[in-house]
Amino acid sequence: MSTLGIIDYGMGNLRSVQNALEEIGQPAALVSDPVQITGFDKIIIPGVGAFGEAVENLRAGGMDSALREHVAAGKPLLGICLGMQLICRKSYEDGEHEGLGWIDAEVRHFPPAGGLKVPHMGWNAVDYDAPHPLLNKVASGADVYFVHSYYVDCAAAADSLGTTEHGLRFTSVVGHDNVYGMQFHPEKSQHVGMQLLRNFAALN
Amino acid sequence: MLKKRLIAVLILRDGQVVQSIRFKHTNVIHYDPVHAMEAFNKWSVDEIVLLNVSRGSESREAFAQAVEQVSRHCFVPLSVGGWITDAAYARHLLSKGADKLVLNTAFAEDPELVQTLSRRFGKQCIVASIDVKRDEAGTAKVTVDRGARLLDEEPVAWARRAQELGAGEIFFNSVDHDGARKGYDIASIKAIAGSVDIPVIAFGGVFTWSHLLAGIEAGADAVAAANIFHYTEQATRKAKSFLAAAGVPVRSEGQSLAQPARAAPKFAS
Repeated sequence: MSTLGIIDYGMGNLRSVQNALEEIGQPAALVSDPVQITGFDKIIIPGVGAFGEAVENLRAGGMDSALREHVAAGKPLLGICLGMQLICRKSYEDGEHEGLGWIDAEVRHFPPAGGLKVPHMGWNAVDYDAPHPLLNKVASGADVYFVHSYYVDCAAAADSLGTTEHGLRFTSVVGHDNVYGMQFHPEKSQHVGMQLLRNFAALN
Repeated sequence: MLKKRLIAVLILRDGQVVQSIRFKHTNVIHYDPVHAMEAFNKWSVDEIVLLNVSRGSESREAFAQAVEQVSRHCFVPLSVGGWITDAAYARHLLSKGADKLVLNTAFAEDPELVQTLSRRFGKQCIVASIDVKRDEAGTAKVTVDRGARLLDEEPVAWARRAQELGAGEIFFNSVDHDGARKGYDIASIKAIAGSVDIPVIAFGGVFTWSHLLAGIEAGADAVAAANIFHYTEQATRKAKSFLAAAGVPVRSEGQSLAQPARAAPKFAS
C-alpha cells in the first residue's frame, strides 16, 4: 500500500478527506511541515476557500517548493476542489493569481446565465469518452458533489479527462503526467467518490 | 445538469435524535445519531443536516462530539447548526468534519458574525436557516431562537438580507408546518425561491412523497424532511423513486434496493 499525505495548509475539510480514505482502507496522514512531503508516495491537496489566500499559505511555509519536488520526482498528486484550481497556471478569482502551474489552464468565474445558480452546488454528472485509470469502474454520467463558483478552463483538451455541464461545459477531472485534479468533492460523493479515491490510491 | 437534492435532517436534543412537532422536541427517535445517519447514507440520501436544538448552550461541546462521530461515516455533505454564536465554535465544528454551518438566530443577533464566517469559509459554507410563523392575521413572519421569538420581518426581505450578508443557501422551515404532516409552506417557499439567487432548501411538514414534489415545483432546489425518514424503511430511496417517476432529476446512485443488510437501528421504546 502506498503512503498518502494530505496537505494541511489552513484551507478546510481535511477531516472529510481523511475519513473517506480511512473508509476505503487507505490511511492518510496530514502534512503541515513541507519537509515531511518526501516521505509520501502520493499527495492530496484538498481545499475550500479563496484561491489567493490558499496560494499565499502554500508559499509562506515553503510548501510549494516541497510539492514541486514531489511532482518532479514523478509521484502522483491530486488536487480536490480548490486544490484542483491551485495546480493550474492562473486564477481570476478576486484579481489575478499565479497558481502552481502544472496544468496549463485558467480558473474563471462562471458567466452569469439565465436561471443557473452560482455557486454551482449539488450533484452533477461527470461525462467522459476516453477511459483513464483514475475513472476506473466509474460510469460516464455518474453524479458527484460539487461546490464552486470558479471553473478550470484547460488550454490542452488532452488534459481534460472528464467534463460537466453547468451553463457551459467545463473540466471536472483533469490530468497531466502525474498531476490530477477533481473539481468536485470525491470525499462527499458517496460510492462514486470512494471509487475515485480508490483509483487514485491505486495509481503508480 | 444539477440534480434536485434530497436532504435528511437529524434533530438532536442532548445527543439523541428527536422528533420535531411545531418546534417542540419531546419524542426520542434514535438514541444514537450515528445509527440514523448510517441508514441514510446507505439509502442514497444526498445530504445530511444535523441540528442541535438543546435548550442550553452547555450542549455545544457534546454536539461537536456528535458531529465528529457522524462525520466519520458521512460521505455526503454534512451541514450542522445550533448554538453557533462565535467564530471559534464555528471553526471547531468544521474541524470536527462539518461541511456547512447552519445559522439562524445569528442573522438577527450578530450579522457581523455571519459576514465574518462567510468571508473566512466562503458563502458555500453558510446556510441561512429561516423559520417562519404565521401571526394572527395569517401573515408569515420570521422567528428566531428555535421559534421562540417572532420578529416583525417578512421572510422574503429576510432571505434577501441573508443572501447579502453572505449566505450560500436558504434552509426554510415553518413552525406551523413543522411535524404537522400537511406539507411545506408552499406560498413562502415560492416567494423566497423567486426572490433570491441562492439555492433554497424546503423543510417542515412532509408526510407523503408528493409533498416533496410540491416543494420542488414551488422552486426549491432541495427538499428536506426529518420525521418521515425515520419511520419509513428505505425511506430516502423510495422518495427518490417517486421524484424520478415524476420527472424530477435526482441522483440515482446508491445501494440496490435488494440489499437491506444493515444493523437494525436502535429505536426508542
